[in-house]
Amino acid sequence: MNELIWIFISALLINNFTLSLFLGLCPFLGVTQRMQTAFRLGLANIFVMVITAIAAYALNTWVLIYAPYLRLISFIIVIASVVQFVEIVIKKLSPALFKALGIFLPLITTNCAILGLALFSTNKGYGFVEGLVYALGAGGGITIALVLLASIREETRLLSIPNVVKGTALNLIIAGILSLAFMGFAGLFGSH
Amino acid sequence: MQEFLKGLWRENPVFVAVLGMCPSLAVTNSAINGLAMGLATTFVLIGSSLLVSMLRKVIPKQVRITTYIVIIATFVTVVDFTLQAYFPDIHKALGAFISLIVVNCLILARQESFSSKNGLWRSFLDASGMGLGFAFALFTLGSIREVLGNGSLLGVSLFGKAFEPWIVMILPPGGFFVLGFLLLLFNWSAQRRKQHKIQPA
Repeated sequence: MNELIWIFISALLINNFTLSLFLGLCPFLGVTQRMQTAFRLGLANIFVMVITAIAAYALNTWVLIYAPYLRLISFIIVIASVVQFVEIVIKKLSPALFKALGIFLPLITTNCAILGLALFSTNKGYGFVEGLVYALGAGGGITIALVLLASIREETRLLSIPNVVKGTALNLIIAGILSLAFMGFAGLFGSH
Repeated sequence: MQEFLKGLWRENPVFVAVLGMCPSLAVTNSAINGLAMGLATTFVLIGSSLLVSMLRKVIPKQVRITTYIVIIATFVTVVDFTLQAYFPDIHKALGAFISLIVVNCLILARQESFSSKNGLWRSFLDASGMGLGFAFALFTLGSIREVLGNGSLLGVSLFGKAFEPWIVMILPPGGFFVLGFLLLLFNWSAQRRKQHKIQPA
């Protein structure tokens, strides 16, 4: 049990996918104008990640031991189909959210965080439950990062900012400061 | 020639279009890693652009994205195993990020917006320009971070023992800061060029 909590906290805060491993930066910089959208994109991310973790475990156990060189191709196809599925579900359940996420929903396919999750948990040799916990932690971490950046950006909208700094440059510098703050979590568990 | 040059500077994938951010920040803690990542990406980009351009009349429109991704993943697998066989050190340093070239938005964007509409030669020029522009950007980022954070360039110490390295620059926050400030520089020069056009001194 202790092991699982450690995996979760580590993926959530210490090795935060966005702020310390630089995965999933495109939506991080693209969809964080409004907090609510950012939060929902985070939830969609968690969902895709959990399904991917299950699928990756299944592939690793039953298929890829016979053909390890197919790993990358089969992972990416599974992810593409899962994203397609999520897209259809969201379109049906909440057309407004579908519109707000726009192009960034299909782009979850090319979100490095999802493929990164599948590859990292394979490299670390996680089993089924560990993989699931890892996916939840990583997804939660991405959601936290998205929401933090979005809320800071909502605050900066009313400030007077020189034209040169506006846009991605400012977001990157804010992200850098957030990342600096997250480095503090590294001491959370002592020398683990 | 225009197709080749635009990727290097005016439409530079990292500094202007802000594509392919994840690898550009994650592996650029030293100049050599940045360069290796840039060249690997260039190879994948050229290979898949050529193939997509050849097959552009055969690929059905509905499944084109999936097809592109499978093509890209094939080339990435080739690069992954080649690096593992010939350059195990670099392969170890880059780790999972070689596999993650598959999901580099830059590559998919070039297939979708260029190779699927243009002939072989033009696609080749476009891909090599964009690829080298990407490699150039990564090398720049890597060099700046290595010089500031480690006091060395390509592993050669620059300042001697008196230099106190600015460690944070090779850690994750440094990546965000350096890229942020480089973008600032690019914005600033673009704005000055615009002002020059409006009121010639």
